[in-house]
Amino acid sequence: MDDARGSALLETRNLCRSFGGVSATRDVSIRLAPGELHAVIGPNGAGKSTLVNLLSGELAPSSGTVHLAGEDVTRLPVHARVKHGIARSFQRTNIFKDMTALENVRLAAQAVHATPGSLFRSAWRARDLVSRAQTALARAGLEDRSAAIAGTLSHGAQRQLEIAMTLATSPKVLLLDEPLAGMGQEEGLRISALLKALSKDHAILLIEHDMDFVFKVADWMTVLVEGAVLAEGTPDAVRTNAAVRRAYLGAQR
Amino acid sequence: MNEQTRLLPHSRLGWLLLAALLACLVAAPHFVSIYHTELITTAMIAAMLALSLQLLVGGTGLVSLGHGAFYGLAAYVVYLISPEAAARPIWQTLPAAMLVAGLAALLVGSLSLRTKGFFFLMVTLAFGQMIFFVFHDTKLGGGTDGAYLGKPLIQAFGASLDLPRRQRPLGPYYVALIQLTLMYVGLALLMRSLFGRILEGIRANEHRMRAIGFDTYRYKLTTFVIAGMLAGASGHMWAMHRGFVNPELISWHKSAEALLMILLGGLGSLAGPIVGALAYTALGEFSQLVTERKLLVEGLVILAVVLVLPRGLTGLARRRKAAELGPDG
Amino acid sequence: MNLLAQLLNGLQYGLLLFLIASGLTLVFGVLGVINLAHGSLFMVGAYLAYVIAKTTGALWLALPAGLIGGIMLGAGLERFLFRHFYHREHLDQVLLTFALILLFEEGRSFLLGNDFHSVPVPALFDFSIPVAPGFSYSAYRFFVIGCCLALGAALYLWIERTRMGAIIRAAAEKPEMVDVIGIDARRVHMVVFAIGTALAVIAGALAAPLYSVYPGIGDGFLIISFVVVVIGGLGSVSGAFWSALLIGMVDTLGKAYMPAVAGLAIYVLMAAVLLVRPSGLFGQRA
Repeated sequence: MDDARGSALLETRNLCRSFGGVSATRDVSIRLAPGELHAVIGPNGAGKSTLVNLLSGELAPSSGTVHLAGEDVTRLPVHARVKHGIARSFQRTNIFKDMTALENVRLAAQAVHATPGSLFRSAWRARDLVSRAQTALARAGLEDRSAAIAGTLSHGAQRQLEIAMTLATSPKVLLLDEPLAGMGQEEGLRISALLKALSKDHAILLIEHDMDFVFKVADWMTVLVEGAVLAEGTPDAVRTNAAVRRAYLGAQR
Repeated sequence: MNEQTRLLPHSRLGWLLLAALLACLVAAPHFVSIYHTELITTAMIAAMLALSLQLLVGGTGLVSLGHGAFYGLAAYVVYLISPEAAARPIWQTLPAAMLVAGLAALLVGSLSLRTKGFFFLMVTLAFGQMIFFVFHDTKLGGGTDGAYLGKPLIQAFGASLDLPRRQRPLGPYYVALIQLTLMYVGLALLMRSLFGRILEGIRANEHRMRAIGFDTYRYKLTTFVIAGMLAGASGHMWAMHRGFVNPELISWHKSAEALLMILLGGLGSLAGPIVGALAYTALGEFSQLVTERKLLVEGLVILAVVLVLPRGLTGLARRRKAAELGPDG
Repeated sequence: MNLLAQLLNGLQYGLLLFLIASGLTLVFGVLGVINLAHGSLFMVGAYLAYVIAKTTGALWLALPAGLIGGIMLGAGLERFLFRHFYHREHLDQVLLTFALILLFEEGRSFLLGNDFHSVPVPALFDFSIPVAPGFSYSAYRFFVIGCCLALGAALYLWIERTRMGAIIRAAAEKPEMVDVIGIDARRVHMVVFAIGTALAVIAGALAAPLYSVYPGIGDGFLIISFVVVVIGGLGSVSGAFWSALLIGMVDTLGKAYMPAVAGLAIYVLMAAVLLVRPSGLFGQRA
């Protein structure tokens, strides 16, 4: 069944992580194919955020490996993984509040695209980085807010800025931790259209609580319960999976 | 597209004030006594130290208590490589002092930057004191009493500034002023560069910087070394100016004093530490007129600044301006 | 037998460092404040012992006086200064406590001058106890070891067995906990600061007959206590205990057997710990 989804871009093998004896991630093996929008769902405390942190490199696994395009990146720190093409957004908005939106995104572009020799050039003259940043802002729907101070943007616009920052690093894989958190319906629709568009040329791993949204946009789903994979498959398969209904969906209603 | 750089003046008036300060410093020796010329030289050397520390504190958000050690170490380097009877040219002493200070900063920084916050404070302080004890407890540089340089003359390419007695303080004065100016301009350019933007990002949110792909440790270490070398330039100038070194130059109290100058002048600008150093030196002079208890005055002033003036003297000016322009100014 | 003497010296020195460092680490861990003036509190204790010995001749009075005076001094400092600095930048805390150092030194200079004074060992302990054939050891140093162990045990029981101790342990792991639990955080803060202060003052009083008293005595002990805290791990009292013993031994044995490089030994040790475990040898965080 997995082979039908093509070769994996991002893959974990038997990933485990415990905190002081408590397992937060148990033997998780998942695959993320190019062009796929892969949603990870599960009740609170299922270990979804831990999984994202293990993939982004903010946490080191207790055992198991993470592979990107066949290369073992388990031991790479966060910043090195970004250069390999893994970018993430945060559940709680995490931006540079005192800088302009453009500056936020330009910094992200600079991290990956600035050559060491250009480091001591005036920041005002780094046209290539600015244009990359503007492209990313436009992609995330913020082209007319680039001069605004990030902290003054609306909540929804700040979430879009998060995504623009990840895009500016030219990622292959996007890890999005609850991009809809705290959003109104209209803002939510805008983001879901954005995600659909982005999934054409990125592999996206998405954590989200809004089930209607997830079942609508996802190509593939993984259900985590107590740190372990309970089920995976297409949204339709997961929807009808008896174990999932019992353990998770049923419990919520 | 005209972005502002946080530590630089935000208006033409700010730049004008800076230029006026420079003009005053250029002209000052012609209007004040020898004693005061030397005093301003000392203040400018302190300003260089505070300015170099500002790159870490205001620029990157790293509060180091070991910075004075690189300053003192550099002063000792001048003493150690200067022959007894002659002066060594400045194009040898300055690079040597900066190089040794930079190497020490590389060593101390590579270890202390593995920690954060309180740990970073304590570790830099402890390593600074280690350098202090090397000179305090051994005969390397005259032990606890310190040592005098044989001929502390500023000399370059065989020509020394051997002025008549009345004008002798002018040599160190202008050499210090040139170095201070160059340091300000250099740091201003640095803060405006892409590198400076990285430091600003680290100061604001280091975690996020790592998540967008910056190896923040490497940038912090580079900055720590640059700051250490600049502190070395300041210590070099001290040795040239005073012709005397002692362990007190290395003590962590030097770092704390430099931090005070930064806070006194204002944490939010590069000019702050310079203003702070001048004000602090002036204050020391006035306090000597009133009382012999210098530490008492110093301690009370610090308390007052920390309690009443947390944004420093230049912060005062900015706050007034902000009030005039409204919230968006 | 020389080795035995050095081991006992190392133990005594390490335990003394523990008294200082435990207060430092508690104040860091629970209050989130860096107190550079902690060494000055040690100095206050040392000079207190000197003054008491000189005026009354009864040095033992320094212990109760140090305990009561230390608690009052600590509570006062917390109430009128430190309380306002818990949420300030590190830089402000550094300068505030640096100012305190200067004021304490100036006060000491004003009241007692800048001379070096030796403090006689109390007559009660002015003898040696035979430990092994042909070797006897200072009774006063044994007394210091005993005092430190007793205080350490009391501290341990307080933290492990009392309700406030449980709050302190929780707060050291998660500083925001104290506010969440909704207990009277102010009282906890004041008690912790007062006890940390009293421990430093008592350590100074105990140390006076061993090291004499002199200007800046607190500075050296402050720096070494920092090394102890760094190696022990932030906010960990048991970490401070083992780390203090380690430093006490390394420093004492180093000075006895390799005097040329001994001054650097503890810093090399700290560098090694930072390389291997930047959060401290005994800290909980991996």
